Amino acid sequence: MSTTLETASAWIDEGRNIALATVVETWGSAPVPVGGHLVIDGQGDFAGSVSGGCVEAEVIARAEDVISSGRPELLEFGVANETAWGVGLACGGRIRVFVERLG
Amino acid sequence: MRKETLRDVLEAQQLRRALVLITPLGGGDEQIVHEEALDKNHVHAAPIKECFRTGRSEIIETGEGEIFLQAFLPAPRVMIIGATHIGQVLVRLAREIEIEPIIVDPRTAFATEERFRDVDVIAEWPGDALKKIGLDRRCAVVCLAHVPDIDDEALGAALESDCFYIGALGSSRSHAKRLERLQEKGHAETGFGRIHGPVGLDIGSVSPAEIALSIIAEIVQDLRSVAAE
Repeated sequence: MSTTLETASAWIDEGRNIALATVVETWGSAPVPVGGHLVIDGQGDFAGSVSGGCVEAEVIARAEDVISSGRPELLEFGVANETAWGVGLACGGRIRVFVERLG
Repeated sequence: MRKETLRDVLEAQQLRRALVLITPLGGGDEQIVHEEALDKNHVHAAPIKECFRTGRSEIIETGEGEIFLQAFLPAPRVMIIGATHIGQVLVRLAREIEIEPIIVDPRTAFATEERFRDVDVIAEWPGDALKKIGLDRRCAVVCLAHVPDIDDEALGAALESDCFYIGALGSSRSHAKRLERLQEKGHAETGFGRIHGPVGLDIGSVSPAEIALSIIAEIVQDLRSVAAE
Protein backbone atom coordinates (compact mmCIF):
# COMPACT_ATOMS: atom_id res chain seq x y z
CA MET A 1 0.00 0.00 0.00
CA SER A 2 2.52 2.58 -1.12
CA THR A 3 -0.11 5.24 -1.49
CA THR A 4 2.28 7.89 -2.76
CA LEU A 5 3.62 5.56 -5.45
CA GLU A 6 0.06 4.69 -6.48
CA THR A 7 -0.61 8.41 -6.86
CA ALA A 8 2.56 8.68 -8.94
CA SER A 9 1.35 5.89 -11.18
CA ALA A 10 -2.03 7.55 -11.64
CA TRP A 11 -0.37 10.86 -12.54
CA ILE A 12 1.80 9.15 -15.15
CA ASP A 13 -1.33 7.61 -16.67
CA GLU A 14 -2.79 11.13 -16.87
CA GLY A 15 0.25 12.14 -18.90
CA ARG A 16 1.72 14.44 -16.25
CA ASN A 17 5.48 15.02 -16.05
CA ILE A 18 6.55 14.06 -12.58
CA ALA A 19 9.48 13.69 -10.24
CA LEU A 20 9.90 11.37 -7.28
CA ALA A 21 11.74 12.46 -4.14
CA THR A 22 12.87 9.70 -1.77
CA VAL A 23 14.37 10.06 1.71
CA VAL A 24 17.60 8.04 1.41
CA GLU A 25 19.31 8.86 4.69
CA THR A 26 18.42 10.45 8.03
CA TRP A 27 20.39 11.45 11.11
CA GLY A 28 18.93 12.41 14.45
CA SER A 29 15.25 13.04 14.71
CA ALA A 30 13.47 12.97 11.36
CA PRO A 31 9.71 12.67 11.03
CA VAL A 32 9.75 10.74 7.77
CA PRO A 33 11.82 7.54 7.70
CA VAL A 34 14.21 6.40 5.00
CA GLY A 35 12.14 5.27 2.04
CA GLY A 36 9.54 8.03 2.46
CA HIS A 37 8.29 9.44 -0.84
CA LEU A 38 7.10 12.75 -2.20
CA VAL A 39 5.79 12.92 -5.74
CA ILE A 40 5.73 16.25 -7.58
CA ASP A 41 4.28 17.28 -10.93
CA GLY A 42 5.45 20.15 -13.12
CA GLN A 43 2.51 22.31 -12.01
CA GLY A 44 3.46 22.32 -8.32
CA ASP A 45 1.01 19.63 -7.25
CA PHE A 46 2.48 17.18 -4.76
CA ALA A 47 1.58 14.16 -2.62
CA GLY A 48 3.33 12.36 0.21
CA SER A 49 6.18 13.87 2.25
CA VAL A 50 9.90 13.75 2.93
CA SER A 51 9.80 15.72 6.19
CA GLY A 52 7.34 17.16 8.65
CA GLY A 53 6.79 19.91 6.10
CA CYS A 54 9.94 21.97 6.60
CA VAL A 55 11.79 21.15 3.38
CA GLU A 56 8.97 20.25 1.02
CA ALA A 57 8.88 23.67 -0.65
CA GLU A 58 12.58 23.49 -1.52
CA VAL A 59 12.29 19.90 -2.79
CA ILE A 60 9.32 20.86 -4.96
CA ALA A 61 11.24 23.79 -6.42
CA ARG A 62 14.26 21.62 -7.21
CA ALA A 63 12.02 18.88 -8.61
CA GLU A 64 10.92 21.24 -11.36
CA ASP A 65 14.54 21.46 -12.58
CA VAL A 66 14.85 17.68 -12.38
CA ILE A 67 11.69 17.22 -14.43
CA SER A 68 12.96 19.50 -17.17
CA SER A 69 16.60 18.34 -17.21
CA GLY A 70 16.05 14.65 -16.44
CA ARG A 71 19.17 14.73 -14.24
CA PRO A 72 18.66 13.34 -10.73
CA GLU A 73 19.77 15.38 -7.73
CA LEU A 74 20.82 14.43 -4.23
CA LEU A 75 19.77 17.12 -1.74
CA GLU A 76 20.83 17.47 1.87
CA PHE A 77 18.99 19.40 4.56
CA GLY A 78 19.82 20.08 8.18
CA VAL A 79 20.04 22.77 10.80
CA ALA A 80 23.56 23.55 9.62
CA ASN A 81 22.21 24.37 6.18
CA GLU A 82 22.94 27.99 5.31
CA THR A 83 19.31 28.53 4.46
CA ALA A 84 18.31 27.03 7.80
CA TRP A 85 15.67 29.65 8.44
CA GLY A 86 14.17 29.06 5.06
CA VAL A 87 14.27 25.31 4.70
CA GLY A 88 16.13 23.95 7.72
CA LEU A 89 14.77 21.16 9.82
CA ALA A 90 13.31 22.63 12.97
CA CYS A 91 13.56 19.22 14.65
CA GLY A 92 17.36 19.35 14.55
CA GLY A 93 17.74 16.33 12.31
CA ARG A 94 19.45 16.00 8.95
CA ILE A 95 18.13 14.25 5.88
CA ARG A 96 19.26 13.45 2.37
CA VAL A 97 16.67 13.35 -0.40
CA PHE A 98 17.14 11.82 -3.85
CA VAL A 99 15.08 13.54 -6.53
CA GLU A 100 14.65 11.87 -9.91
CA ARG A 101 12.38 12.08 -12.91
CA LEU A 102 9.72 9.39 -12.96
CA GLY A 103 8.56 7.92 -16.24
CA MET B 1 12.84 5.74 -11.78
CA ARG B 2 11.52 4.23 -14.98
CA LYS B 3 7.79 3.87 -15.50
CA GLU B 4 8.27 0.10 -15.88
CA THR B 5 10.08 -0.08 -12.53
CA LEU B 6 7.24 1.72 -10.78
CA ARG B 7 4.75 -0.65 -12.39
CA ASP B 8 6.76 -3.70 -11.24
CA VAL B 9 7.00 -2.36 -7.68
CA LEU B 10 3.25 -1.74 -7.48
CA GLU B 11 2.47 -5.12 -9.01
CA ALA B 12 4.74 -6.91 -6.51
CA GLN B 13 3.01 -5.11 -3.64
CA GLN B 14 -0.33 -6.24 -4.99
CA LEU B 15 0.90 -9.86 -5.17
CA ARG B 16 2.56 -9.63 -1.73
CA ARG B 17 6.02 -10.30 -3.18
CA ALA B 18 8.96 -8.68 -1.40
CA LEU B 19 11.53 -6.84 -3.47
CA VAL B 20 14.53 -4.54 -3.11
CA LEU B 21 15.01 -1.70 -5.57
CA ILE B 22 18.66 -0.85 -6.20
CA THR B 23 19.27 2.77 -7.22
CA PRO B 24 22.78 4.13 -7.87
CA LEU B 25 22.62 7.67 -6.45
CA GLY B 26 25.31 8.95 -8.78
CA GLY B 27 23.23 7.93 -11.79
CA GLY B 28 23.04 4.63 -13.63
CA ASP B 29 20.58 1.83 -14.12
CA GLU B 30 18.22 0.80 -11.37
CA GLN B 31 17.55 -2.87 -10.69
CA ILE B 32 14.81 -4.86 -8.97
CA VAL B 33 15.68 -7.96 -6.92
CA HIS B 34 12.80 -10.19 -5.83
CA GLU B 35 13.28 -12.00 -2.52
CA GLU B 36 12.73 -15.47 -3.94
CA ALA B 37 15.12 -14.75 -6.80
CA LEU B 38 18.00 -13.30 -4.75
CA ASP B 39 21.23 -14.75 -6.12
CA LYS B 40 23.74 -15.61 -3.35
CA ASN B 41 26.44 -14.41 -5.71
CA HIS B 42 24.85 -11.00 -6.25
CA VAL B 43 27.52 -8.40 -5.62
CA HIS B 44 25.38 -6.87 -2.81
CA ALA B 45 23.73 -10.10 -1.62
CA ALA B 46 24.47 -9.59 2.10
CA PRO B 47 23.00 -6.08 2.54
CA ILE B 48 20.05 -6.97 0.29
CA LYS B 49 19.29 -9.96 2.48
CA GLU B 50 19.38 -7.67 5.51
CA CYS B 51 16.87 -5.33 3.80
CA PHE B 52 14.48 -8.26 3.33
CA ARG B 53 14.90 -9.28 6.95
CA THR B 54 14.36 -5.90 8.58
CA GLY B 55 12.31 -4.13 5.92
CA ARG B 56 14.63 -1.16 6.29
CA SER B 57 16.11 0.69 3.36
CA GLU B 58 19.68 1.96 3.40
CA ILE B 59 22.57 3.45 1.47
CA ILE B 60 25.62 1.29 0.91
CA GLU B 61 29.04 2.50 -0.19
CA THR B 62 30.51 0.73 -3.19
CA GLY B 63 33.44 1.15 -5.55
CA GLU B 64 31.01 2.81 -7.97
CA GLY B 65 29.68 5.28 -5.41
CA GLU B 66 26.65 5.27 -3.17
CA ILE B 67 23.83 2.86 -3.88
CA PHE B 68 20.39 3.08 -2.30
CA LEU B 69 18.74 -0.21 -1.39
CA GLN B 70 15.04 0.33 -0.96
CA ALA B 71 13.03 -2.46 0.64
CA PHE B 72 9.45 -2.99 -0.49
CA LEU B 73 7.94 -5.67 1.73
CA PRO B 74 4.33 -6.79 1.46
CA ALA B 75 2.02 -4.59 3.50
CA PRO B 76 1.49 -5.97 6.97
CA ARG B 77 -1.89 -7.58 7.51
CA VAL B 78 -4.15 -7.82 10.49
CA MET B 79 -6.58 -10.72 10.74
CA ILE B 80 -9.47 -9.51 12.83
CA ILE B 81 -11.31 -12.47 14.31
CA GLY B 82 -14.77 -11.26 15.26
CA ALA B 83 -16.84 -8.90 13.13
CA THR B 84 -17.62 -6.73 16.14
CA HIS B 85 -17.90 -3.00 16.83
CA ILE B 86 -14.22 -2.86 17.90
CA GLY B 87 -13.43 -4.69 14.66
CA GLN B 88 -15.25 -2.05 12.63
CA VAL B 89 -13.08 0.73 14.05
CA LEU B 90 -9.94 -1.41 13.84
CA VAL B 91 -10.50 -1.81 10.10
CA ARG B 92 -10.51 1.96 9.62
CA LEU B 93 -7.48 2.62 11.84
CA ALA B 94 -5.49 -0.19 10.23
CA ARG B 95 -6.19 1.25 6.77
CA GLU B 96 -4.95 4.69 7.80
CA ILE B 97 -1.60 3.28 8.84
CA GLU B 98 -1.34 1.04 5.79
CA ILE B 99 -1.98 -2.28 7.50
CA GLU B 100 -4.37 -4.39 5.46
CA PRO B 101 -7.35 -5.63 7.51
CA ILE B 102 -9.18 -8.92 6.92
CA ILE B 103 -12.30 -9.82 8.92
CA VAL B 104 -12.98 -13.43 9.88
CA ASP B 105 -16.18 -14.46 11.66
CA PRO B 106 -18.27 -17.59 11.10
CA ARG B 107 -21.36 -15.79 12.46
CA THR B 108 -22.99 -14.59 9.26
CA ALA B 109 -25.16 -12.13 11.16
CA PHE B 110 -21.99 -10.24 12.19
CA ALA B 111 -19.84 -10.68 9.10
CA THR B 112 -22.07 -8.77 6.71
CA GLU B 113 -21.17 -6.50 3.84
CA GLU B 114 -23.43 -3.86 5.34
CA ARG B 115 -21.29 -3.72 8.49
CA PHE B 116 -17.96 -3.99 6.69
CA ARG B 117 -17.80 -2.15 3.41
CA ASP B 118 -14.74 -2.38 1.13
CA VAL B 119 -12.91 -4.90 3.27
CA ASP B 120 -12.37 -8.63 2.84
CA VAL B 121 -14.86 -10.42 5.06
CA ILE B 122 -14.54 -14.17 5.41
CA ALA B 123 -17.63 -15.71 7.03
CA GLU B 124 -15.92 -18.96 7.99
CA TRP B 125 -14.37 -20.60 11.03
CA PRO B 126 -10.92 -19.13 11.67
CA GLY B 127 -9.11 -22.47 11.41
CA ASP B 128 -10.11 -22.88 7.77
CA ALA B 129 -9.98 -19.19 6.93
CA LEU B 130 -6.48 -18.59 8.29
CA LYS B 131 -5.16 -21.72 6.62
CA LYS B 132 -6.55 -20.49 3.32
CA ILE B 133 -5.08 -16.98 3.67
CA GLY B 134 -1.78 -18.21 5.09
CA LEU B 135 -0.23 -16.57 8.14
CA ASP B 136 3.29 -15.25 7.66
CA ARG B 137 5.66 -13.03 9.66
CA ARG B 138 3.98 -9.90 8.23
CA CYS B 139 0.64 -10.88 9.83
CA ALA B 140 -1.03 -9.92 13.09
CA VAL B 141 -3.94 -11.91 14.54
CA VAL B 142 -6.42 -10.20 16.87
CA CYS B 143 -9.20 -12.18 18.50
CA LEU B 144 -12.22 -10.05 19.31
CA ALA B 145 -15.14 -12.45 18.95
CA HIS B 146 -15.25 -13.00 22.70
CA VAL B 147 -16.66 -16.47 21.96
CA PRO B 148 -14.19 -19.10 23.19
CA ASP B 149 -14.84 -21.54 20.34
CA ILE B 150 -14.07 -18.92 17.72
CA ASP B 151 -11.19 -17.13 19.44
CA ASP B 152 -9.44 -20.31 20.61
CA GLU B 153 -9.42 -21.76 17.13
CA ALA B 154 -7.77 -18.61 15.75
CA LEU B 155 -5.26 -18.52 18.60
CA GLY B 156 -4.32 -22.12 17.89
CA ALA B 157 -3.61 -21.27 14.25
CA ALA B 158 -1.70 -18.11 15.22
CA LEU B 159 0.48 -19.97 17.74
CA GLU B 160 1.47 -22.46 15.07
CA SER B 161 2.53 -19.68 12.70
CA ASP B 162 5.33 -17.11 12.87
CA CYS B 163 2.95 -14.13 12.78
CA PHE B 164 4.47 -11.09 14.49
CA TYR B 165 1.55 -10.24 16.77
CA ILE B 166 -1.17 -12.17 18.59
CA GLY B 167 -3.78 -10.46 20.76
CA ALA B 168 -6.96 -11.61 22.44
CA LEU B 169 -9.69 -9.48 23.97
CA GLY B 170 -10.65 -10.21 27.55
CA SER B 171 -9.77 -9.55 31.18
CA SER B 172 -6.77 -11.12 32.90
CA ARG B 173 -9.13 -13.64 34.42
CA SER B 174 -10.68 -14.70 31.15
CA HIS B 175 -7.22 -14.76 29.62
CA ALA B 176 -6.02 -17.20 32.29
CA LYS B 177 -9.00 -19.45 31.54
CA ARG B 178 -8.25 -19.18 27.85
CA LEU B 179 -4.68 -20.35 28.37
CA GLU B 180 -5.98 -23.33 30.37
CA ARG B 181 -8.24 -24.29 27.47
CA LEU B 182 -5.41 -23.92 24.95
CA GLN B 183 -3.22 -26.13 27.10
CA GLU B 184 -5.97 -28.76 27.31
CA LYS B 185 -6.14 -28.71 23.52
CA GLY B 186 -2.46 -29.57 23.43
CA HIS B 187 -0.90 -26.20 22.56
CA ALA B 188 2.61 -25.70 23.92
CA GLU B 189 2.74 -23.41 26.91
CA THR B 190 6.01 -21.98 25.66
CA GLY B 191 4.12 -19.98 23.02
CA PHE B 192 1.58 -18.46 25.41
CA GLY B 193 3.81 -15.47 26.14
CA ARG B 194 3.28 -14.38 22.53
CA ILE B 195 -0.38 -13.67 23.19
CA HIS B 196 -1.18 -10.12 24.30
CA GLY B 197 -3.97 -10.54 26.82
CA PRO B 198 -5.54 -8.29 27.91
CA VAL B 199 -5.13 -6.93 24.41
CA GLY B 200 -3.82 -3.46 23.53
CA LEU B 201 -1.55 -0.89 25.15
CA ASP B 202 -2.71 0.23 28.57
CA ILE B 203 -4.00 3.73 27.78
CA GLY B 204 -7.11 3.45 29.90
CA SER B 205 -9.36 2.71 26.91
CA VAL B 206 -13.08 2.56 27.63
CA SER B 207 -15.05 2.83 24.37
CA PRO B 208 -14.79 0.34 21.48
CA ALA B 209 -12.96 2.96 19.41
CA GLU B 210 -10.44 3.60 22.17
CA ILE B 211 -9.85 -0.14 22.56
CA ALA B 212 -9.30 -0.41 18.81
CA LEU B 213 -6.77 2.44 19.07
CA SER B 214 -4.88 0.70 21.88
CA ILE B 215 -4.77 -2.52 19.83
CA ILE B 216 -3.50 -0.90 16.66
CA ALA B 217 -0.86 0.98 18.69
CA GLU B 218 0.34 -2.30 20.20
CA ILE B 219 0.51 -3.86 16.73
CA VAL B 220 2.63 -0.97 15.46
CA GLN B 221 4.91 -1.34 18.48
CA ASP B 222 5.53 -5.03 17.73
CA LEU B 223 5.85 -4.44 14.00
CA ARG B 224 8.51 -1.77 14.52
CA SER B 225 10.40 -3.61 17.20
CA VAL B 226 10.97 -6.49 14.77
CA ALA B 227 12.50 -4.01 12.32
CA ALA B 228 14.65 -2.44 15.05
CA GLU B 229 16.19 -5.72 16.24
